[in-house]
Amino acid sequence: MSLTHLQRLEAESIHIMREVVAEADKPVMLYSIGKDSAVMLHLAMKAFYPAKPPFPLLHVDTRWKFREMYAFRDRMVRELGLELLVYTNPEGIKKGINPFTHGSAIHTDIMKTEALKQALDLYGFDAAFGGARRDEEKSRAKERIFSFRTAQHRWDPKNQRPELWRIYNVRKNVGESIRVFPISNWTELDVWQYIYLQKIPIVPLYYAAERPVVARDGCLIMVDDERLPLLPGEVPMMKKVRFRTLGCYPLTGAIESQADTLPEIIQEMLLTTTSERQGRVIDHDSAGSMEKKKQEGYF
Amino acid sequence: MSHVSDLIATDIGQYLQSHEHKSLLRFITCGSVDDGKSTLIGRLLYESKMLLEDQLAAVVADSRKFGTQGDQIDFALLVDGLTAEREQGITIDVAYRFFSTDRRKFIVADTPGHEQYTRNMVTGASTADAAILMVDARKGVLTQTRRHSYLVWLLGIRHFAVSINKMDLVNYSESTYRRIVDDYQNFARQLGIEDVTFIPMSAFKGDNIVSPSPNMPWFHGTTLMGYLETVEIDEDRLQKAAFRMQVQWVNRPNLDFRGYCGTIAAGQIAVGQKIRSFPSGKQSLVQRIVTFDGDLQQAVAGQSITLTLADEIDSSRGDLITDSQNPAEVADQFECTIIWMSDEPLLPGRPLLLKTGAQTVTATVTQIKYQVNVNTLEHTAARQLELNAIGVCNLNLDRPVAFDAYTENRDTGGFILIDRLTNNTMAAGLLHFALRRSHNINRQHLDVDKAAHSRLMGQKPCVLWFTGLSGAGKSCIANEVEKQLLLMGRHSYTLDGDNVRHGLNKDLGFTEVDRVENIRRVGEVAKLMVDAGLIVLTAFISPYRSERALARSLVTATEFVEIFVDTPLTVAEARDVKGLYKKARQGTLKNFTGIDAPYERPENPEITLSTVNLSEQQAATKVLDYLKTHGYLA
Repeated sequence: MSLTHLQRLEAESIHIMREVVAEADKPVMLYSIGKDSAVMLHLAMKAFYPAKPPFPLLHVDTRWKFREMYAFRDRMVRELGLELLVYTNPEGIKKGINPFTHGSAIHTDIMKTEALKQALDLYGFDAAFGGARRDEEKSRAKERIFSFRTAQHRWDPKNQRPELWRIYNVRKNVGESIRVFPISNWTELDVWQYIYLQKIPIVPLYYAAERPVVARDGCLIMVDDERLPLLPGEVPMMKKVRFRTLGCYPLTGAIESQADTLPEIIQEMLLTTTSERQGRVIDHDSAGSMEKKKQEGYF
Repeated sequence: MSHVSDLIATDIGQYLQSHEHKSLLRFITCGSVDDGKSTLIGRLLYESKMLLEDQLAAVVADSRKFGTQGDQIDFALLVDGLTAEREQGITIDVAYRFFSTDRRKFIVADTPGHEQYTRNMVTGASTADAAILMVDARKGVLTQTRRHSYLVWLLGIRHFAVSINKMDLVNYSESTYRRIVDDYQNFARQLGIEDVTFIPMSAFKGDNIVSPSPNMPWFHGTTLMGYLETVEIDEDRLQKAAFRMQVQWVNRPNLDFRGYCGTIAAGQIAVGQKIRSFPSGKQSLVQRIVTFDGDLQQAVAGQSITLTLADEIDSSRGDLITDSQNPAEVADQFECTIIWMSDEPLLPGRPLLLKTGAQTVTATVTQIKYQVNVNTLEHTAARQLELNAIGVCNLNLDRPVAFDAYTENRDTGGFILIDRLTNNTMAAGLLHFALRRSHNINRQHLDVDKAAHSRLMGQKPCVLWFTGLSGAGKSCIANEVEKQLLLMGRHSYTLDGDNVRHGLNKDLGFTEVDRVENIRRVGEVAKLMVDAGLIVLTAFISPYRSERALARSLVTATEFVEIFVDTPLTVAEARDVKGLYKKARQGTLKNFTGIDAPYERPENPEITLSTVNLSEQQAATKVLDYLKTHGYLA
């Protein structure tokens, strides 16, 4: 009996999660509500069955997620019986940081990067699972599964520990923390195929539906609530759209699509000619921007 | 593209169903900076349609900025990830790439070729099933090619695809291809690489990557993609091996459930199967194989599972569960290969942490037997190992662990060494064999043991290890000592070339490897005789310190008496009792110690006998005096 690629990827992810739980003092799972988080959470349910995952979920909330994401998050946590921590940068709340007046770069830095660091420090988590994949972006292709961060949360791409076989060196120095990426070796197709096979619930925004959108800078932005300032002459129009990736709604472009079943989504993905992160505004900032962000502590 | 199924557009349901059954191959690409390795990976991504329009657009833009291929698309830029190295124009770390065809998903470990990054190649090879070795058709098999082959072979890869690249630049010449094939095969035979596939190609032009090249009609072998889709996956081989699972985590959600979680490293397990847990050696039966998707009846290598057992055997993290019929060995002293990966050198004697499977113990390298020159494969003496050095070492652990030889199983035979202060990963290690099976609980317990034999004979058993040049007088002195022991009513036995070389070791010659094996066997036999309560005398040149140290390590510290018969070469050669020096000088006898093979003088022998001033009787008396004063003949 030869294992299939998904069985082997699943086994590897479970192995990684168990290793962290066995060796870390206080692990946490970063839960961003998207499809990668959904797969990671599902794998965690498997890894520790019949026990529940022995760590809480942490959602670093910018307060600009889609409403359906919040609803989905609360439903999942309730149904699975897990502990959820929600953290928002109080500094950001006080200053009213938002993607419009401050721009996407500052918004991401303060509400995501800074907030994440604050949350990890506040709770004293020493290991945080994240759903990043190596196929997403070039700098991620070289990141280890266990990625060490200094007490200042910085990543040093030149000073990574070699990872051999299935043996992970989980030992860390005082103040250091680890970001662990259990689905590093999954591709976007693997993730979708696994969701399909395992019937993993995902946020409905991934399925095409009639939604109110406005066109901006070549992206379709959904008018998810009244906080989206409309430009002069801009009128939301109803279009059948869906999202390939989910983030802060003002920063996430929708695509026009008829795909309202999982096979259709996969079909569309396979036939499509642009990569997944193109819908995200943050990658376009500058060449090597993800690498720079990561060095500064972005996940 | 040939590798994207039409089913995607016509029948996605059917497509998804067929893709549920894809397997997963991990491979490594090795080559020098200019062999076209990044170009090949870029090409594979392109051919399997893993490149999307925006990625391609980014590469086209980058090609103009950083590219080395003029107006052509520089596929290499696709795979050079980090800014710093993009500016240097080289890859400096391990990067993992993904692509898939209708038959398999592939994970490629892309590692750099230059010397200082041995550690990256070793890291990439550790999880790979197969290796692609890039050879530039214009340059042929280079030192680097041999070095890369050795490294991936050392890490346990058994399937090699030698990609003879840039065939377009040698006019697709068959004779060039043949010459390189012959060259490489000669080398592969030396290492013992059995499965080598040769593919002439051009990664840049796309020849023999996906479809047979019309430019090389003389070639009838497989294309590279054809090879990758069919080469054996290591975990499929491991399914046929004996069951092994390291306990990673013990799952105790309530008092009624105790599950042993782990990833199966080898073999298969079924409900009702008898198992043993190490190091305790306790036996039990598999009660359930628990997964989130329901209980399984059986599971195979590569799966991450949870076992419950019929008995409370109290296993914990780090233990090894094995099939009861094919248990693992348990030991605390090993010979191993160490690949040093740190700027701080390895110094024998300094304690480190060793992690193998889910177990972390304290370890000390007691001795570096030799260092391997990765370019020539020569063995050289070393007192320490520097960054990227590879050495064969003896290793001492603070407690016994269950293991298999690395060549049998990478999971149960591989380990990492961790610095206790910085927590950095310092080295990768491969276990060879146990030096002393001090806690081998598989062994039948014997009521009549060494102590019993020793009491009966009224002597303390030991090995009198005579070492020295040929003609130094080892056998004569040993003979004299044994005669005296007999007169004293002692029980003894002499092992020398005559009774060993003609029987037990008649399959061995006089190369360095055979000499080492000769001494190893003598050491093992001497150890058995010590167990039987005898005073064992051995008379062998035993020219290498490391082999004498191995023989010493087989018995307890006070049971080994090294006797250096110190006779200068000129004196021994002048005696030349057997006429061997004459033959060696004439060149008819090769590898003769002192002439064209080295003799390493003992550093701290228990007894030194300088035969220039001593008769055989006087020398024998000196040995007997030592035995008396040190309590061997009480």
